Amino acid sequence: MGWFHDPIMGSPPSLKTYDPMASAQRCRAFRRRILDISQTLPAMHIAPAFSCLEIVETIYFSLMRRCTDGALWDDSFVLSKGHGCMAQYLCLEALGILPPGELERFCRAGGRLGNHPDLGIPGIEASTGSLGHGLLLGVGMAYADKLRGADRTVYVVMSDGELQEGSMWEAILLAPSLKVNSLVGVVDLNDFQSLGRMSELHPNFYPVVSKLEAFGWEVRQADGHDGQSIHEAIVGRRGDRPFMLVARTTKGKGVSFMESVAIWHYRSPTPEEYRRALQELEEPGA
Amino acid sequence: MRNRFASTLYELGKADERICIVVADISPAGSMERFRSEFPERFIDVGVSEQGMIGLCAGLALRGLRPFAYTIATFSAYRPFEMIRVDLCYQNLPVTVVGMGAGIVYSTLGGTHHAQEDIAVLSALPNLAILAPCDPPELADALRYCADAPGPVYLRIGKAGEPTFTDGAADPFTFGKLRYLRRGSDIGLIAFGHAMDLAVRAAHALEQHGHTVSVASCHTMKPIDTEGIARALREHAMVVTIEEHSRVGGLAAQVKQIAWETKAPCRLLTFSLKDEFIHLYGSHAELREAHGLSADRIVETILSSTPGS
Repeated sequence: MGWFHDPIMGSPPSLKTYDPMASAQRCRAFRRRILDISQTLPAMHIAPAFSCLEIVETIYFSLMRRCTDGALWDDSFVLSKGHGCMAQYLCLEALGILPPGELERFCRAGGRLGNHPDLGIPGIEASTGSLGHGLLLGVGMAYADKLRGADRTVYVVMSDGELQEGSMWEAILLAPSLKVNSLVGVVDLNDFQSLGRMSELHPNFYPVVSKLEAFGWEVRQADGHDGQSIHEAIVGRRGDRPFMLVARTTKGKGVSFMESVAIWHYRSPTPEEYRRALQELEEPGA
Repeated sequence: MRNRFASTLYELGKADERICIVVADISPAGSMERFRSEFPERFIDVGVSEQGMIGLCAGLALRGLRPFAYTIATFSAYRPFEMIRVDLCYQNLPVTVVGMGAGIVYSTLGGTHHAQEDIAVLSALPNLAILAPCDPPELADALRYCADAPGPVYLRIGKAGEPTFTDGAADPFTFGKLRYLRRGSDIGLIAFGHAMDLAVRAAHALEQHGHTVSVASCHTMKPIDTEGIARALREHAMVVTIEEHSRVGGLAAQVKQIAWETKAPCRLLTFSLKDEFIHLYGSHAELREAHGLSADRIVETILSSTPGS
């Protein structure tokens, strides 16, 4: 009882602005930190995290509204491509949501953080890891918000390879039918799956924008490594139907020898590769 | 059962705004139409999209709602299996997945519509409770449990027209407890779900032969009442399990395990569906009979196994 009748008071905080300098600095630091952590493990998902880093960072730092006094204006984030979770963990840590020290025990005995996000970890709103689940969860969350009259945006970041799962298309069909207009999906379109190029395996995946539009979504495109372009596209959405941003990305973005090379889907660099990668991620002018 | 399902859920939904029904292209029977017309925003038909049905329910539950997913058992349990496993069980969300027309109720629709092994498959999932009430009043009790359950539930039900067996039952419905409908001392018949008619008919016949017979509903198939079953195995000279479910991973298998672990002294007979797909058509009773499930056969087998009969 009372689920609908909790008071919804005040008005939601306004959207944040995008600060390109701060964002670029954060993303550079996040990439370096991911490389540092990779040196403690035989393998981890570096390239998938580098692919979606600017997308996840922009959503957390420049779009999501979070309040301390209640959940009703809190926007939500679901990382449907759970293997990109390093990007999410670093944002949550930088925002002070994930306690310091957790990432030091990444994938180790006694730690809580693994290669896929788990519900129950501070800031993680859904367990993902198996592809094809997150968008349906997002549809359900957004529908519940609509039912309750809560003004919350639900962000779901998914991979393009994940769109080979039939369940994603069940969600894509369902969301406009349920008019969950507070749902914002972002496709991390790097044209890769773990073992090759989407465009070679499934050339008819493209054009994806018109496919999504034909299913009733508002669709925009952006450079997925340009936070400004991501921010503008999402802020500028009409909001009269579910929204999907098709964000073109490069798998392994930021380290030249990792970019668009399949092996870096799940691998840790050797000490020499690590050194070279860090050099590429030096502060400009440093 | 379908009608009691709908009327009970209507009452629960009227009192609790968190309750919603998510169906996958199935006609709302009886008073489910009433739920839909009075609470249209809490009745969602996702269409022919069972993964969508479970995934959506998980999202609703993440926001505090208490969804009931409802369609034919094969499509509730099998098609979206990984959504049940990951979205519901791994996250431990309070969603009730209703498998309607379970077992071989849809006797003319063929093997694609038979849920012979749903309990075996789903029992292996951590966090999931499994309920299989035997008649409409027990279904209403089970639904009231589901409405406040701490985690996911698979609710296995028949279809329509089941008689009432629990009027005047010796025990009330208690989640996780074997429920005696009547108590005797010679033979203990344990059944669940819509196979209860076989147990009740067999009990009548056995009484004609001078036996005193217990009949118990094992409505909670997970967590199964290990202690209660162990006690039944101690307190009767013979225990008989009856289920409209495969011999693999159902009541028979679990009771045998408990019997072994507790060194049960009684005789134990089990009646289940065979571990075979069914390629036959006919009435529900005819399909059951083809798998050795009939009250007559059960009674004959029991009598021929009972010393002094």
